[in-house]
Amino acid sequence: MEIKIPKDLLYTEDHEWARKENGEITEGITDFAQSELQDIVFIELPEVGQEVVQGDSIATIEAVKTVTDLYAAVSGEIVKVNKELEKKPELINKDPYDTGWIVKIKVSDPAELETLLAPSEYKKVIQEE
Amino acid sequence: MKEIKTPLYSKHLELSASMVSFADYRMPMQYSSIFNEAKAVRNSAGLFDVSHMGEIEVTGSDATEFINSLVTYDISSLKDFQAKYTVMLNEKGGIIDDILVYNLPGRYFIVVNASNREKDFNWISGHKSGNVEVQDVSKEIFQIALQGPLSEKIIKRVVKSSPSDLEFYHAKEEKIENGKVLLSRTGYTGEDGFEIYGESSEAEKIWDRIMKEGNPYGLSPCGLGARDLLRLEMGYCLYGNDITAETTPLEASLSWVVSLDKENFIGKEVLLKQKKEGIKRKLVGILVPGKRIPRHGYKILTKGEKIGTITSGNYSPNVGSSIAMGYISKPYDKEGTKVEIEIRNTFTEGETIKLPFWKRGTIKKKSVEKKDD
Repeated sequence: MEIKIPKDLLYTEDHEWARKENGEITEGITDFAQSELQDIVFIELPEVGQEVVQGDSIATIEAVKTVTDLYAAVSGEIVKVNKELEKKPELINKDPYDTGWIVKIKVSDPAELETLLAPSEYKKVIQEE
Repeated sequence: MKEIKTPLYSKHLELSASMVSFADYRMPMQYSSIFNEAKAVRNSAGLFDVSHMGEIEVTGSDATEFINSLVTYDISSLKDFQAKYTVMLNEKGGIIDDILVYNLPGRYFIVVNASNREKDFNWISGHKSGNVEVQDVSKEIFQIALQGPLSEKIIKRVVKSSPSDLEFYHAKEEKIENGKVLLSRTGYTGEDGFEIYGESSEAEKIWDRIMKEGNPYGLSPCGLGARDLLRLEMGYCLYGNDITAETTPLEASLSWVVSLDKENFIGKEVLLKQKKEGIKRKLVGILVPGKRIPRHGYKILTKGEKIGTITSGNYSPNVGSSIAMGYISKPYDKEGTKVEIEIRNTFTEGETIKLPFWKRGTIKKKSVEKKDD
């Protein structure tokens, strides 16, 4: 199975992706991460309004094989969470980059976006795993 | 270390399975989704490559007495082509492995866990007595499991004579695509089904034929992920998780595979003593409503006090809840005991329940021995 790494996104070494839009990012886990986790059964989402620091654990993803944390790709305020995942966590497996998005964060320090990985860099990360 | 590929390795790649390492083998974890595969087995049928399982043959005029000295069940009661699930113990009464013993004409055929194959072979060979030969035939043999309520309908299309009269835990010699196989009505899922043993060189054509005939019935290839979930839904033990060298069959709720009235077997003294004094802990099923998964090693508590440890856990879409097994100290092992499981520093409520979690399995119940403990 081909792992998808969309060209228009930024990535972290912990297999999160981030999409920049108007001072916010939308964040989720990558296709590689969901394929490693396999069937996702449950997600604990953060509260809207919560202030987070880059690298904080902001959600817990429970999958058949293991449980994993979602880390904040950047610092800022959680402005929206994908409530749909509470009923349909499998959206993360089926569509990790679109309907399987997890949180939206209002970016407090745009310089942090520079620390994220480009698609080509992220590709190297997963080739090493 | 070089990983072993089963004779069906290229089939798994063709089917885009996600492959994992398991006990020195490269095995399919899943093809589409663990949950979909587990549902296929409950509703129609699934096909598993379980060629990683080991097979040991014991022959010779003293084979019956010899095996009887190593396993807890009295295998002298087995008729030709009958099989029995039992365990092999060390001197401390701890479980070396849980195994399947077939009484075949002129030989005993013992199926062991992949992770224990070498250990078991050394243990059995090391205790040889009388006129016996012990041989590890694992490499020459493939094993596939066809499991699910529609298994009989599918197998009827590939074998010569109808297997309708083949009883649970019995086997017969058959041919599939001209390849000689041992067709056994056994499994690890709680559904009706068959386990098929044959020569490795014929594995692919037999797999292909069953897949083809099963297609109209919704047969799905299934990986180790579904296998683990299905066995847990039935409360079947997984070696290394639920049973180990540190647990006895009495603690593991496996007294139904122990014949304490049998003359002698390794570990018997310890079991007799344990029975007399009473066991201190027991392996039980725990229903944990919700989707947080209690995993191996998590603590079981009641009113803040630790009373046990989870040995296996998963979320079961078939049951609609998280399910687990674990050892709990007496008297908290009693059915209906409210417990808490520590999951990532918070406590989730659960309740001990009578196994299995999945109560609608289609295994042929008439010849299944009752658990009497």
